[in-house]
Amino acid sequence: MKILSTWLRSYLPNLAVSDHQLADALTLRGIAVDGVFDLGPGNGSLLEMDITTNRVDAMNHYGIAREAAAIYDIPLKPLEVSLPAAKPAKQPVPIRIEAPELCGRFTARVLRDVNIVPSTGQIAQRFSLLEQKLISNAVDATNFVTMAIGHPTHAFDLDKLEGGIVVRRAHAGEKLRLLDGTERTLVPDDLVVADEKKALALAGVMGGWETMITPATKSILVEAAWFDPGTVRRSSRRHGLHTDASHRFERGADFNAPALASALVCDLILMAGGSIEGDFVDVVILELAARTSQRPPISLHISEITRILGKTADGQPIDPATVERYLTALGARIEKTSAESYAVTLPSWRLDLAQEIDLIEEIARLHGYNRFANTLPSFSGGVTELPWAGKESFLRRTLRAAGYTETISSTFCSSADANLFAQQSNSIVQLGNPLSEEVGFLRPSLVPGMLSMLAHNLNREVDDLRLFEMGAIFTGNSERVQEKPSLVLGATGTAITPHALSSLRDYSFYDLKGIVEELLAGFVTKSMYMDAFHASSTLMPPWLHPGRAARLVADGETLGFFGELAPQESQSSKFRQTIFIGEFNLARLFQHALRQPVARELSRFPAVVRDFSFTFPDAVRWQQIAETLTSLDISEMCSTEPREIFRDKKEPSGSYALLLRVVFQAQDRTLRLEELQEWAHQIFAALMELGGHPRFPLELLL
Amino acid sequence: MSSSQIPVLESYGSEHLDAAFQALQADVARQAAELRTSEDREQFRLYWLGRKQGRLKLISDVWLKNAPAEARKSLGQHFNQLKQQIEQALEADSETLAPSSVPADAIDITLPGIRPTLGAEHPLIRTMHEIIRVFEHMGYSVGVGPEVETDYYNFEALNFPPNHPARDTQDTLVVANQQHKPLRDRLLLRTHTSPVQIRTMERQPPPIRIVIPGKVHRNDAADATHSPIFHQVEGLCVDENITFSDLKGTLDHAMKQLFGSNVRTRFFPSFFPFTEPSADVQISCIFCGGKGCRKCKHSGWIELLGCGMVNPAVFEFVRGKQPAYDPKKISGFAFGMGVDRIAMMKYGISDIGLLYSGDMRFLEQFA
Repeated sequence: MKILSTWLRSYLPNLAVSDHQLADALTLRGIAVDGVFDLGPGNGSLLEMDITTNRVDAMNHYGIAREAAAIYDIPLKPLEVSLPAAKPAKQPVPIRIEAPELCGRFTARVLRDVNIVPSTGQIAQRFSLLEQKLISNAVDATNFVTMAIGHPTHAFDLDKLEGGIVVRRAHAGEKLRLLDGTERTLVPDDLVVADEKKALALAGVMGGWETMITPATKSILVEAAWFDPGTVRRSSRRHGLHTDASHRFERGADFNAPALASALVCDLILMAGGSIEGDFVDVVILELAARTSQRPPISLHISEITRILGKTADGQPIDPATVERYLTALGARIEKTSAESYAVTLPSWRLDLAQEIDLIEEIARLHGYNRFANTLPSFSGGVTELPWAGKESFLRRTLRAAGYTETISSTFCSSADANLFAQQSNSIVQLGNPLSEEVGFLRPSLVPGMLSMLAHNLNREVDDLRLFEMGAIFTGNSERVQEKPSLVLGATGTAITPHALSSLRDYSFYDLKGIVEELLAGFVTKSMYMDAFHASSTLMPPWLHPGRAARLVADGETLGFFGELAPQESQSSKFRQTIFIGEFNLARLFQHALRQPVARELSRFPAVVRDFSFTFPDAVRWQQIAETLTSLDISEMCSTEPREIFRDKKEPSGSYALLLRVVFQAQDRTLRLEELQEWAHQIFAALMELGGHPRFPLELLL
Repeated sequence: MSSSQIPVLESYGSEHLDAAFQALQADVARQAAELRTSEDREQFRLYWLGRKQGRLKLISDVWLKNAPAEARKSLGQHFNQLKQQIEQALEADSETLAPSSVPADAIDITLPGIRPTLGAEHPLIRTMHEIIRVFEHMGYSVGVGPEVETDYYNFEALNFPPNHPARDTQDTLVVANQQHKPLRDRLLLRTHTSPVQIRTMERQPPPIRIVIPGKVHRNDAADATHSPIFHQVEGLCVDENITFSDLKGTLDHAMKQLFGSNVRTRFFPSFFPFTEPSADVQISCIFCGGKGCRKCKHSGWIELLGCGMVNPAVFEFVRGKQPAYDPKKISGFAFGMGVDRIAMMKYGISDIGLLYSGDMRFLEQFA
């Protein structure tokens, strides 16, 4: 909104500060001035305002002048108009309010023998500085008064009216051509100003085409009214019409302003000739007056002001004399009801003030927020962390150390992705007003977001990637939505930092499995395993490669799935390198406590390393071998490790060679040769029973 | 290279000077030609240029001591030439060291090192943790809440009137098919972290000091400074005798912790339905210190957060579940700040979209 400093000063004869000082003072009191532009000699400045929606009273020159008067404690010039005496009316225009719940007040004044001419003088000059379009003296007069005191009015060509004024709800399907030339079809929730035959104007929003002021207009009916804010807002929205009038009515106009507004408008129109006919008609709905201009006083306590605001910078609370001065300057009437309390009657233009706290805010505002002290409150409570804060922090720390970078991706996904990546079918949440059709669902998984981030990087020639995201995923339907925390890992490219002197290795399933094991090792679990299912199984997510992915289970609960991206997904995303991805249920993982390190005694006796070289059929998996070794129950066997796995051309196909390393150590003694021989025998026998063939005879080991 | 006597300078006449320096230059040239290994070179360097016992220093000490004033300039020039000759010999030599002088197992130590790949912390997570830490030190606990909220928690209980523009689908993303439900039960994506204020107060009586980090969504078109997804940190302090000056002091202290002790704060009246009085807070520009620069649009101030005293109407909403929230007995303040904006300012990020792109070229800068 634009404000002229010269116009403001016309209401503030004693204002002694510069336009820039005034702008700063207003801004610090919440009447924000975004810019001050010099308009040249004698023209003052143009102030670009940003008034918060609750302060409709300050969306005009007089309202801002009132704020300045309160800030500087200077007088505000009263607004007075003396209109010429009216000629008696042959036939007064009847006014009927048929929707009293929507129209609280309607005033009308009739002007005859007017001249519709271009505006001159002060109006033309101020409009030119404001770059406001000039239309005609009658229309400009209504706009001028809106800018002056903030109350919208309307001028009808009285000769186009058929009978008196009726303020009523529109008929369903009723047509009305508005001033902008468009024809609108109305609904009964629209309020119209009508005559006996037809709708004339969309009340509080825009006037009608048919009764608009033209150069031929000789008789005018000036409307100044008060319309229900909600009704005006709905009509304005419904018809996509945001006007200066609707902007003010929908925020709550001044119930007492219509009489003054009408007088100001008529005074301006009559400057070009004409006369008033008949009495000023003023219909007031008392019920609405009681809710606006006639509200009961609010009680205000000095102790409450101090309790909420605390001390000012000089170490004292605000004193009662200052409180009284601020409230009076804002237009409130105050009456002392006790040594420390007041009954405050609110001005009709401040519908935003309704409670004691509103008055306290006004006092703080006018005093200036920065004139209050900076204090720190004492506190007796304790500080608690979120129960999972340490676990999240462990995951982040471990992943970052392993080279994984944290990302944050979109909360939304497409319908296709929602269905593909949903963990329970049909449990996906659609948005009612998505940003676009491609992002119409809440993500049921972090996988689609991760895939699109991997693609984003690969498309930019960044090929070695290790990314993770922690965030909420959504299941449910429009009745109920569940959110749970999830973790996704995505990786592709080389596994180690490239260097001129070292050979590169591609990131593999085992790299991903390794970091999963590392993460799990941070938590207390009684049992943990990974398994896989056949392609036909619905237990595995469809986005994972059936033969190259695993499920993670801890203490009987599935914690997640990970592995190579399924070939069809890889193709549809046009990936040219193998993608590894895994998603984990953090709600389940976080049920496990973080593992506390426990130190064990280090043996003072030497460890003995023994390597076993065997050939196994492909069907024998490492897990079986490991379990077999464990079942031997040799407490001195402290580690077993597949040292090397390779295909030996000399061995039959469908088999692989395994170099197994076993380490033995005792806490209480140096191991004897006989013991080691005995264990080697046991291991040989067990591995052969599994289907293994020794590549070297046992004797070579002994 | 055994140490030799300081040569005797017969006179400071130019003839004698030239002859003396030619002799020295010949010495240098002869020795330089014999350099084979890096040890040789170091010996040569020490012999001539050693800080205390270097021959150049010893000779110049003696010759300069007795030099008449008019000869000093010429003498200095000669010494400089000689020094240059020695340094050139050293440099040239480092390029032509005989291969036989390098140990067989020497490696090229000038190749780049193998730097372990470290993952990067996301700038938003980093900023969020920085903000949380400041408030934790002031006695604040951490709370969180759901991203899908009901209209009740996101709007109604925060004192938004039923027709408030923020409730419009132009501003708020909503879950599909909610029209049949009562307004307060309709599901939407929270537009701010403030609903967690209500959830926290419903769960526990005062005193409360809590900070709430989280992701929020609005139906905004994306541009360099707007994203439909962004992050906030909310704060709430409720107790007996919490005042507006406590709010000011708390935020002033927090901003100094976050941005440095020179930072000043400035409070402006603002309007939020759930606080009263409400304020916007500006900090003195962290780039120019308040003098005015491009970053602060030459105002010297940067707008950073919104705050205010908890509106008594909000306490009335939670009083049903927690009677201790009697607005006549307790009071409190709340504040909220945009994490994205603060991160962009702190780290000089020009496009908010980068934060949500997963682009490694951007993220690796934070490793």
